[in-house]
Amino acid sequence: MIRAMAMAAAAALLRPLSARALTAPVTRPIPSSGERLPVVGLGTWITFNVGDDPELRDECAAVMRAFFREGGRVIDSSPMYGSSQEVIGDGLGRLGRPPDLFSADKVWTSSGAGGPAQIEESRSSWRVPRFDLLQVHNLLAWEEHLPDLLAMKAEGRVRYVGITTSEGRRHREVEEIMASRPIDFVQITYNAVDRAVERRILPLARDRGIAVLVNRPFRQGALIRHVERHRLPSWSGEIGAASWAQLLLKFIVSHPAVTCAIPATAKVAHVVENMRAGAGVFPEPAMRRRIAAHIERL
Amino acid sequence: MPEWWTYTLSDFLLFSPRTYYRLIERHNAAVWPWQIMTLGLGLATAGLLLHRAPWQGRLVSGVLAALWSWVAWSFVWRRYAVINWAATYLTGLYVVEVLLLLWAGVVRGALSFRWSRDAAGATGLALLLLSLGVYPLLAPLAGRGWRQSEIFGVVPDPTVLAPVGLLLLVEGAPPWRLLIAPVLWCAVSGATLLALGSPEAWILVPAVLLPLGAAAARGRR
Repeated sequence: MIRAMAMAAAAALLRPLSARALTAPVTRPIPSSGERLPVVGLGTWITFNVGDDPELRDECAAVMRAFFREGGRVIDSSPMYGSSQEVIGDGLGRLGRPPDLFSADKVWTSSGAGGPAQIEESRSSWRVPRFDLLQVHNLLAWEEHLPDLLAMKAEGRVRYVGITTSEGRRHREVEEIMASRPIDFVQITYNAVDRAVERRILPLARDRGIAVLVNRPFRQGALIRHVERHRLPSWSGEIGAASWAQLLLKFIVSHPAVTCAIPATAKVAHVVENMRAGAGVFPEPAMRRRIAAHIERL
Repeated sequence: MPEWWTYTLSDFLLFSPRTYYRLIERHNAAVWPWQIMTLGLGLATAGLLLHRAPWQGRLVSGVLAALWSWVAWSFVWRRYAVINWAATYLTGLYVVEVLLLLWAGVVRGALSFRWSRDAAGATGLALLLLSLGVYPLLAPLAGRGWRQSEIFGVVPDPTVLAPVGLLLLVEGAPPWRLLIAPVLWCAVSGATLLALGSPEAWILVPAVLLPLGAAAARGRR
């Protein structure tokens, strides 16, 4: 009797703990500081560019609320994304400026002299005292912007500096910058079908101690639409993937060089689904190969 | 642009179809019942084609310039540019067209409109019909409802198509300079609609290519 009661009590204690362990986001360190970030973040390209539409702004704020509730931290945007920065700022204001936010933005102007003013305008739109991460968007005028960003970091006006590219463009230049400049982050496109970065950029990031943000994890939704025509393989359950989105995300964030993937969405259900892909079990190398091979065949 | 061949239309798309069509819906709600007046103005302008009065060209040009100015300011500049920074620059196309219409049509009185029984006349009339009569039906036909209807004189695409049609009905040689801004707008807007996966793209793109052919055919005569 006493033994049965003790087992019941232990089960009651352990169940929530193990459930928490399964839903708590896995984190990875930023190599240059050791600060840990959840492996799934939130992108804002297209999805957050809703202008001043009150209904759509409500939806974006709901997505942000769910994102933080699920343990999310990294939100990424750019002055190129239309009204997205303003919409993020609006959402952050409604949520009472969540202390866990890791704000990642970009400088995107061909004029080196115009960089500081653009950054200040972006900061004002986000309504944050300073950005955690500033990146040179798509390497645009990087020779001029990067020294400015590094100077801002030295002065404590931004915590980390990085560069971005997408869809496999200018990889040679990205490698040169990674090898020669003291950047903290590189943002690239990586997913189960766009795997060019596995050859040189991801190994270089590990060697140089550079954190990796991954954009376009679903190829702007096209990859999801493509694979969703097929049944989710039964072995997905072995790594806790209950949907194609989770399987694709788990593939990305299980690469040891990846710090955080930033899928964009305007739906609460999707942000929850994405965040939960960044928790629990991740595929080992053999399973990663199986996922890539399976998706290639579809 | 480095590695320009790797870019696709969707790389330049900044907003979702839902955001774009809700923008039109909110604009329609904000300006209601202006739609009745602009459609009436459009029909009256079409009716003026049958009227050979000396002031006809000046009046039609003035109405077109006024509606282009209104759409440029109220929709393109104040609403569309919020979600599409490129629209700020595209407003320049409207400014150029308005100035050309005012100069050639109103000040110099060099534009006189007349329906003709040739390819250009038929195309011009078809474009007027498309702009005033068919365009408002496209949203409900596509399942988006009346509130997202695109009305001549309220949102850009039908407002731009009508003058292309009217300019094909100008007496004498086609006014090529006046066709440049509308054609460029239709090309950009058509590309945007294609990237959005919007069925209207398959109307707008041919609608701007056909008139060029018709105008060229008339120009050769």
